[in-house]
Amino acid sequence: MAKVKVKRKSTLIDMTAMSDVTVLLLTFFMLTSTFVQKEPVQVSTPSSVSEIKIPEINVLQVLVEPSGKIFISLDKQEDRVNVLNAMSSMYGVPFTPEQINKFRLANSFGVPIKQMPSFLDLKSEVQDQTLKNYGIPCDSTNNEFKEWVRAARKANRDLKIAIKADQATPYDKIKNVMSSLQDIKENRYNLLTSLKTLPAEEE
Amino acid sequence: MAEVEVKDSGKDGKKGKQKKMKIHVDFTPMVDMNMLLITFFMFCTTLSKPQTMEISMPTNDKVTEEEQNKVKESEAITILLGDNDRVFYYLGQPKYEDYTSLVESSYGADGIRALLLDRNKTVVDKVKTLKERKKREEIDEVTYDSLMTEAKKTKGSPVVMIKAKLPDEETGSKGATYRNLVDALDEMIICSIGRYAIVDITEGDLFLMENYEKKGALSDQIDTSKLN
Repeated sequence: MAKVKVKRKSTLIDMTAMSDVTVLLLTFFMLTSTFVQKEPVQVSTPSSVSEIKIPEINVLQVLVEPSGKIFISLDKQEDRVNVLNAMSSMYGVPFTPEQINKFRLANSFGVPIKQMPSFLDLKSEVQDQTLKNYGIPCDSTNNEFKEWVRAARKANRDLKIAIKADQATPYDKIKNVMSSLQDIKENRYNLLTSLKTLPAEEE
Repeated sequence: MAEVEVKDSGKDGKKGKQKKMKIHVDFTPMVDMNMLLITFFMFCTTLSKPQTMEISMPTNDKVTEEEQNKVKESEAITILLGDNDRVFYYLGQPKYEDYTSLVESSYGADGIRALLLDRNKTVVDKVKTLKERKKREEIDEVTYDSLMTEAKKTKGSPVVMIKAKLPDEETGSKGATYRNLVDALDEMIICSIGRYAIVDITEGDLFLMENYEKKGALSDQIDTSKLN
């Protein structure tokens, strides 16, 4: 009897095509990506039908979390330094070059100016953890927020102000921010929203 | 990994004949690494940039009462944002004695949107034809924009005032949220309202809402509340 010969098939799969595809995808992601900014608190913005995109540079983002704490982020490092220097001379709080350098690298800030030096001395991991407990004071007796924005405007005239607030924020907190901006004659600003599609009959 | 398969072409020892080489490079590790990188980039990026709404607020410079109240009564619509995502509106001047002058509405398509679309019909129609003309490429972007702003300034179009309730610790009411405000502003965009403003809520408006809640029971106290 003749033996049935099982043909040995090679299990090698040519991965070249697959590799091509992945490299292509990788290139796409690398080119289109803008990294997620580190924010002290996570907020979920309300949705709207507005389709205006926020510009990429020269943005001053005001982050308002549900309990009303305010954080500011500036995208240019030289602006950050200028703002800090302006605030330091205004409130008479001196900073060491080391602290200024740390501030330059921090994405967003939101600490009362008096506590800023000691905050900047902390390690950056500790900073990340504790930042959410602070927030820039913004009330009638001590409105540092106003001064921060004013200083930022002086440092960069093309700055656009964008308010990013959680959808559950009570209106009085937002009103506080808005009227502070109004006081320093910042009457045009953006509200950050996420996209909501229009009902079919609208389009 | 990369393997070179040597195929013998028959008899050995034949000089001069080149050996045929088949080169296999195993790309599996390469693919693995790429996938890893892709996953990393996918998780760390924000592909869609957030949308924004542009608003401009009036300056704080003192404007006299008369200048402020130039809005025609027939054109004015006041939207009150209340607690727990509730929304009310009244047309023209508030009528404190009549609680039915305040109407409860909703943020949905058949709520204030229906009212505003109806009130703003001429502008909405104009905007629609403009959009169609732009689609058919009859007009370019620049003229479209200028015609759009012109259309929104049409006389007789409603002027909307948005008043949001503040939280009140005494009564424990939560007031309106930021989301309510954005929703209301959204309706302005959808309904192509050219003139709208965010205004501080007054005592009178709070009274209206309270009176509505109690179905007119407060109408007798009107004199005292008017003094506020």
